[in-house]
Amino acid sequence: MQVSMTINGEQVSHDVEPRLLLVHYIRETVGLTGTHWGCDTSNCGACVVLIDGRPVKSCTTLAVMADGHEVRTVESLEVDGELDPIQMGFHERHALQCGFCTPGMLMTTRALLDENPNPSDLEIRTAISGAICRCTGYMNIVSAVQWAAQYEAAAKREA
Amino acid sequence: MATTENLPSPTAERPIGFGRLKRKEDARFIRGQGTYLDDIRLPGMVHGAILRSPYAHARIVSIDTSRALAHPNVAAVVTAKDLETLGLAWMPTISYDTQAVLAGDKVRFQGQEVAFVIATDEYSANDALQLIDVEYEPLPAIVNARKALDPDAPLIRDDKIGQRDNLASPTWEAGDEAATDKAFAEADTVVTRDIIYPRCHPAPLETCGMIADFNPKTGQLDIYNGNQAPHAHRTVYAHVAGLAEHMIRIRCSDIGGGFGNKVPVYPGYVCAIAGSIVAGVPVKWVENRSENLMSTGFARDYLMKSEICAKDGKITGLRVDVIADHGAFDSTAQPTKFPAGFFHIVCGSYDLQASHVKVKAVYTNKAPGGVAYRCSFRITEAVYLVERMVEALALEMKVDPIDLRMRSFIKPEQFPYETTTGWTYDSGNYAETMKVAMEIAGYDELRREQKEKRARGELMGIGVSFFTEGVGAGPRKHMDILGLAMNDGADLRVHPSGKAVVSISAQTQGQGHETTFAQIVAEELGIPPEDVEVRHGDTDKSPYGLGTYGSRSTPVSGAAVAVVSRKVRDKARLIAATMLETRPEDLAWEKGRWYVKGDPEKGAMIEDIALRAYSGEAMPEGLEGGLDAQVIYDPPNLTYPYGAYIAVVDVDPDTAQVTVRRFIAVDDCGVRINPMIVDGQIHGGLAEGVGIALMELISFDEEGNCLNSSFMDYLIPTALECPSFELGETVTPCPHHPLGAKGVGESPNVGSPPAIVNAVIDALYETHGVEHLDMPCTPARVWAAMQGRPEPPQ
Repeated sequence: MQVSMTINGEQVSHDVEPRLLLVHYIRETVGLTGTHWGCDTSNCGACVVLIDGRPVKSCTTLAVMADGHEVRTVESLEVDGELDPIQMGFHERHALQCGFCTPGMLMTTRALLDENPNPSDLEIRTAISGAICRCTGYMNIVSAVQWAAQYEAAAKREA
Repeated sequence: MATTENLPSPTAERPIGFGRLKRKEDARFIRGQGTYLDDIRLPGMVHGAILRSPYAHARIVSIDTSRALAHPNVAAVVTAKDLETLGLAWMPTISYDTQAVLAGDKVRFQGQEVAFVIATDEYSANDALQLIDVEYEPLPAIVNARKALDPDAPLIRDDKIGQRDNLASPTWEAGDEAATDKAFAEADTVVTRDIIYPRCHPAPLETCGMIADFNPKTGQLDIYNGNQAPHAHRTVYAHVAGLAEHMIRIRCSDIGGGFGNKVPVYPGYVCAIAGSIVAGVPVKWVENRSENLMSTGFARDYLMKSEICAKDGKITGLRVDVIADHGAFDSTAQPTKFPAGFFHIVCGSYDLQASHVKVKAVYTNKAPGGVAYRCSFRITEAVYLVERMVEALALEMKVDPIDLRMRSFIKPEQFPYETTTGWTYDSGNYAETMKVAMEIAGYDELRREQKEKRARGELMGIGVSFFTEGVGAGPRKHMDILGLAMNDGADLRVHPSGKAVVSISAQTQGQGHETTFAQIVAEELGIPPEDVEVRHGDTDKSPYGLGTYGSRSTPVSGAAVAVVSRKVRDKARLIAATMLETRPEDLAWEKGRWYVKGDPEKGAMIEDIALRAYSGEAMPEGLEGGLDAQVIYDPPNLTYPYGAYIAVVDVDPDTAQVTVRRFIAVDDCGVRINPMIVDGQIHGGLAEGVGIALMELISFDEEGNCLNSSFMDYLIPTALECPSFELGETVTPCPHHPLGAKGVGESPNVGSPPAIVNAVIDALYETHGVEHLDMPCTPARVWAAMQGRPEPPQ
């Protein structure tokens, strides 16, 4: 089947098997390996990408389901050498260790901040509750999101 | 954007060493540019998939691969028969047992490897698995370790000559039986409990896998793999595959978590290697999540019959009889002389009169393993046992659990302290650490709150644990794995420009070695950590050593890096003396510089000394050019970090749901090199402890079907189950480690489960009479306990 979508702003089009998972399409066909795979069952969130701005688990989405949509992966966060504030927050607050869950966490929390620029501790924890981190115990991830929220609020004030 | 906190800027005159330096490795991970195994693609690479047994115990009558071979995208199907011709049908385990790479005679656990398919892509390889016809003759399965020793129990390991029962090893003992009997006879209180530490799984977010690339022309085998001990793996492959060790290169790039799960050599690895030898092209094999949970190294599974006693208000004796369930093959990760690992540490932090410990291991029709899950060789089981028993004793004696601990602690002046099971603890001030935890928790206030809540019908519990760990294995005179000394190498080269590369044998899986080890060199040589590149994960580019597990990176590899830096510093002193036209003994060191005693203005910076070492200028008599050194570090003893943990839980009286409201962790891991990374390690281990205490369990039905084979059933805590952890610290330096550091990675996982379970029991004892509960404390199990019928796992 022919699928066409934009990934990180670029138009891509391929002939794929109908059963091909979006995560494999992104990683193998398109070659963007920043999106990870961790569980097969939609539990771990390592594979989260944004489809039309909403976080989606690409391991339980078929590539053909993304046809005609806009997909964003972790590779899109840095623009012209400028890190996204959420990336900066994760570094500042030591919100990653092995780094395997990080792309999914970054995309999930980017989507959260896009919708809710000033989330509470519980709102952040709820937003990432579909994503597993085995290393950090989540506390620093919560703190990283707060850091990014404050950074973005300060940037907005200055602008 | 600031890069450091509480530290002078790296551009300041004096370079920085220890402190909360932000991690170097973050730069690639936050951009999605890490290179994990599955991200690697080699030209001509094909994909492997494993057919696994649906039965826990069955004889294999026949295997027909013809339909799979007819699949247009399949290159080969490998079975035990094919491996036999290569001599690879069986492999040694790290406990001197043997394990089938692919089952030929019979399958011994559900999920065991039966055939290996190689195809052009992953989807085709998995399609072909459905085309292999295996005829099985099912046999009765044993999943209960106690039943494994029944005289009429079916023999699981009939492949082993002379094996007549399901015992996996002779009974191992420590301590003094007669002295323990005496302590119990003299005691005024004795408490007995059956304590179960159920089977759980490290479940790193990245599963296991390998790319094997054998070049038939050169005989070179290139392996890409995420394992925690690349050098040891290379030695094992040399022995197993009969390949020359120097022609094997293992590269472990980024690893998505290990926690012990990536210590062993798995059948899938040997299949990938055999596949590449057979197919002549690179073969990639990556397991799926079910394969990871069903077949790779599980943790714990200890059934512990325990007795503890007290006299005059103080703990005096401990007696433990353990049945260890090792699954179908004994591949538990332990140093050779310690078949039950460091279970000795079961005497805990207490000055006992006597103790006696017995462990026997059995085979069952369950997956092999018994590897650590963030645990230094069975210390987690030992700590859980003693801290549960102390709590039970306090209940029986009707005393505060902290008071009982305080009265029974080893005192600071007793260090170095020899335990009743023969360990020599290095240093500690336990009471002080306990007090810090009580202060942070507001212990007395919590007890008042609990009383008020009880009066209102609310169930709140406060649980304590105090652990001592032995980490940093280990001294070569005492321990080895498969005959390999548990030492680590470090190789430091300072380049002419003063920039340095340090190569280490430890293998990070997220611990931040690239930052921490650079800080050690920075501290010792006085050059900025940005100028130190840490190399690891490539057997061609790093010195030999046993890798990262058992919290051994900082205790062993970190010590190696400190010692090698000092060796370079000593060489720099000789060169500086020539440069400054004085004698080496007339020079004094300050960070980054040798200077003339009494004339501090006159000195040489390490960068200038480095340049001199490679220049055409004269070197001191008899000294070779260059500024580098290499060491192999052999630790004189284990290090003994410890900590005081307090958990505060609420139990919903209607649903029996346990919520960890607060968790206070005060760790003493000696000197902290990067406190930010240390805190991060503690957070992560505590989250795992919350999981183990409340939800993580690998269980089986009577036929040996694994009931927790995906993340739908094997529950891992999310951000909603983990509280914001409250950390504290005390610092008691390790007297024998060059930096005074002790290791910390596993402490939080070791110390937290007993605190949480003790808290749950504390919540339910007065109102519901609950004296005992086994993990995980799921609502169903807590509810049953509240109704007076606690059910053990299994």
